[in-house]
Amino acid sequence: MDWQEILAPFADQGRAGLLPALHAVQQQAGWIPPEAATAIARTLHVPPAEVYSLVTFYHMFYDRPTARRIVRVCTGPVCQAHGGQQLLEDALRLRNLEEGQPDEAGEWMVEAAPCLGLCSHAPAAMVGEGLYGPVPDASALFQPEALPQPVTHVAGPVRRLTQGLPRQRPLSLGEYQAQGGYAALEQALRHLSPETVRNQVKAAGLWGRGGAAFPTGLKWDYAAQAPGQPKYVVANADESEPGTFKDRVLLEGNPHLMLEGLILAGYAIGAREGYIYLRGEYTHLYPILQHALAEAREAGYLGQGILGTDFSFEVHLYRGAGAYVCGEETALFESIEGKRGYPRLKPPYPTTHGLFGKPTVINNVETLANVPFILREGPDAFRAYGTEDSPGTKLFSISGDVARPGIYEAPFGLTLRDLLEMAGGVQGTLQTVLMGGAAGVFLPPDDLDWPLTLDQGRRRGAPVATGTIMVFNQDRDLKALLLSIARFFMEESCGKCFPCQLGTRQQYDLLQRMFQGRAEARDRTRLADVIFAMHEGSICGLGQTAGLAVQSAMQLWPHLFR
Amino acid sequence: MVRIRIDGQEVSVPAGTRLLDAIRQTGGDVPTVCYHPHLTANALCRLCLVEVEGWSRLAPACVTQAQEGMVVHTASPRVERVRRTLLTMLADAVDLHEAADLQPWLQRYGIAETREEHAGARRFPLIDDNPMYVRDYNKCVLCWKCVQICATDAQYTFAITLAGRGFDTRIATFYEVPLPGSPCVFCGQCVSVCPTGALKSRREYLLEQGYTPEDFVHFAAWDAAAVHPTATAFRPGERRK
Ligand SMILES: Cc1cc2nc3c(=O)[nH]c(=O)nc-3n(C[C@H](O)[C@H](O)[C@H](O)COP(=O)(O)O)c2cc1C
Ligand code: SF4
Ligand code: SF4
Ligand code: FES
Ligand code: FES
Repeated sequence: MDWQEILAPFADQGRAGLLPALHAVQQQAGWIPPEAATAIARTLHVPPAEVYSLVTFYHMFYDRPTARRIVRVCTGPVCQAHGGQQLLEDALRLRNLEEGQPDEAGEWMVEAAPCLGLCSHAPAAMVGEGLYGPVPDASALFQPEALPQPVTHVAGPVRRLTQGLPRQRPLSLGEYQAQGGYAALEQALRHLSPETVRNQVKAAGLWGRGGAAFPTGLKWDYAAQAPGQPKYVVANADESEPGTFKDRVLLEGNPHLMLEGLILAGYAIGAREGYIYLRGEYTHLYPILQHALAEAREAGYLGQGILGTDFSFEVHLYRGAGAYVCGEETALFESIEGKRGYPRLKPPYPTTHGLFGKPTVINNVETLANVPFILREGPDAFRAYGTEDSPGTKLFSISGDVARPGIYEAPFGLTLRDLLEMAGGVQGTLQTVLMGGAAGVFLPPDDLDWPLTLDQGRRRGAPVATGTIMVFNQDRDLKALLLSIARFFMEESCGKCFPCQLGTRQQYDLLQRMFQGRAEARDRTRLADVIFAMHEGSICGLGQTAGLAVQSAMQLWPHLFR
Repeated sequence: MVRIRIDGQEVSVPAGTRLLDAIRQTGGDVPTVCYHPHLTANALCRLCLVEVEGWSRLAPACVTQAQEGMVVHTASPRVERVRRTLLTMLADAVDLHEAADLQPWLQRYGIAETREEHAGARRFPLIDDNPMYVRDYNKCVLCWKCVQICATDAQYTFAITLAGRGFDTRIATFYEVPLPGSPCVFCGQCVSVCPTGALKSRREYLLEQGYTPEDFVHFAAWDAAAVHPTATAFRPGERRK
């Protein structure tokens, strides 16, 4: 193969061209042959060993030949409860394959995948570049063309971000404008100073929907006031927290909403460049975002001198390659910079030392999608829904045993019970709700009546920022569920710091021993110690939260851990 | 100068001093394995974590700078529970017999080295693929120091790197080629910083195996099979799971 030709477009990008170049080779060859890795190293002026290092870090790059089509069967919490593990085993048996080994003809390869963000269509799978679900049986995986294109149900009492969703095809720029799209940008660029934009966002009380619930306006202030140029804004579209699929649905239906928010963020902090980091498994969103960027460029919302002002702004689209940890903000920067997705030590924080070491604002897709409304309608209108400490609406990803799983847009302050009713009620007898994702906590059926706000969530140690709600009825096997969560963290730990690198493995081993009835007397204490060490000692949020779900399960169901 | 209190003892140190150095100045100590005064500090082993009053998170002593009025505890119950657990998990996964810096701590906490029976241990074949040094990654704690010194912290050779991820991270060459086929210049820097004996001069290794300097005469050229037929290198493209 002529690697030079494939790699030519990345030649002037240096190290930051590594992930795009590897994607190009992976797509052409089905793996990264050593000769291609050498060619990449030479073209981008990176040591060959470091190219290999990247290949082995990202699960969607392979250092050995694969097959023309890779089937990735979801074994995330919801899918495994709905037969995902069985589906995987059936698929392997059907084709007489070993997991991760291609068939002789090089046609098919089957492997397990972490949550694919299609939890309302469990069991889900990725075949080639498409996401499918619910998959009726293993044979369907090998005729993906016959599978229906999943459309996620979208509903809720207030439709600010999700107006007009779901849709089969994304809103075009014209359609978005007809809904008032880009009016906020126009208004801000013509009439408001960057500082005023930041003040509006602060007055609205918006906080981040990516996990940490940090006040957005404050983050923007820090970056705006930080010394150093250039500055960057980054949209975190790496959505990989198991049970979470709101960002996918937003981007599938209305990519310009997030984009307008990103441009506004750039204006507000004095950045001229923005990045979108898209989850690798959301391959289908790549052309959608490319198209939206092209439309925005064409209409003059991106580029030099936007709308005749002296504000210029460009956006680069990046794809991840199969690493949950790259959703962590500093790991994400490293990934864009062409390195292994290792989280950095903090401080310093991204607002002073972010992407390429420069002051950076990174926000979740949903966070950014709230910004146009705030500027168009004003902070008071934004606060018309929600509570004092949690103003506005929230997208809840509700999946599992409810009648109508999907995305629900609702004001903060409703209870979990309200939401479950909205989703058509629990199917069967409720056993537990896993709230906040794999990094979340289990709640018992009698703990559903508190208002979902930041403060109430913090008091209970239940993360509300991502709005992830997975529902399990009495028929679901808790042990399998816990093993699936433990396996997820074991496979997604980057391995940088010892507590998480060793602890995620020990957590999985200890659970397996306990659930197979091989536990030793001290194993329960050991497990508690491991979770403690991960929580207290880990560098980043992945390790710090990797034991939360298991810990809450130990409190709720002590009999399982003997 | 700033004044801080470490385990009840007042000390004055220049502003910016690492807590680790301040702790050692008081005669105290904490375990370290990833720290090296001449290499970029990544604070990744987390063995040196200490408690600073008023801080919500434990602080790695190897990178945290002393600030006026700090009150530091190097052996609070919280610190000790994390440290003991980390050392226990490490001893389950890695052969620490030659990790001189860690041995006293394993003894202090009475941590038995149960790796032999432990299903979750990392296991690798010994790699003896060059005349200069052997690599026994059963002893590797993944402190990164060899990779750092081979790359931008000193040598700019980029022969070895981190591969894989999570628990299955390993130190590797480009597609696992033998070292002589890599850019390695056999400067020996990696061997000199390895804290665990995972990297070892081949001569030292052979002497430990009972060979004598006279025997070396017979190994005219490097010949792994002659000394231990079980040694292998990974083949290119082979994936360790
Ligand atoms: C392991 C890990 C994974 C994360 N994944 C995501 C993600 O997929 N999307 C996201 O927006 N934030 C994710 N975050 C949170 C980000 O680090 C960061 O806090 C967020 O993008 C900030 O945006 P916000 O202020 O708008 O919430 C993750 C954090 C950790 C520790
Ligand atoms: S906590 Fe886990 S994911 Fe985060 S830096 Fe440490 S090893 Fe990596
Ligand atoms: S081989 Fe030695 S220096 Fe290199 S990472 Fe392992 S323990 Fe550290
Ligand atoms: S798509 Fe399978 S659990 Fe989310
Ligand atoms: S010595 Fe401080 S973290 Fe390793």
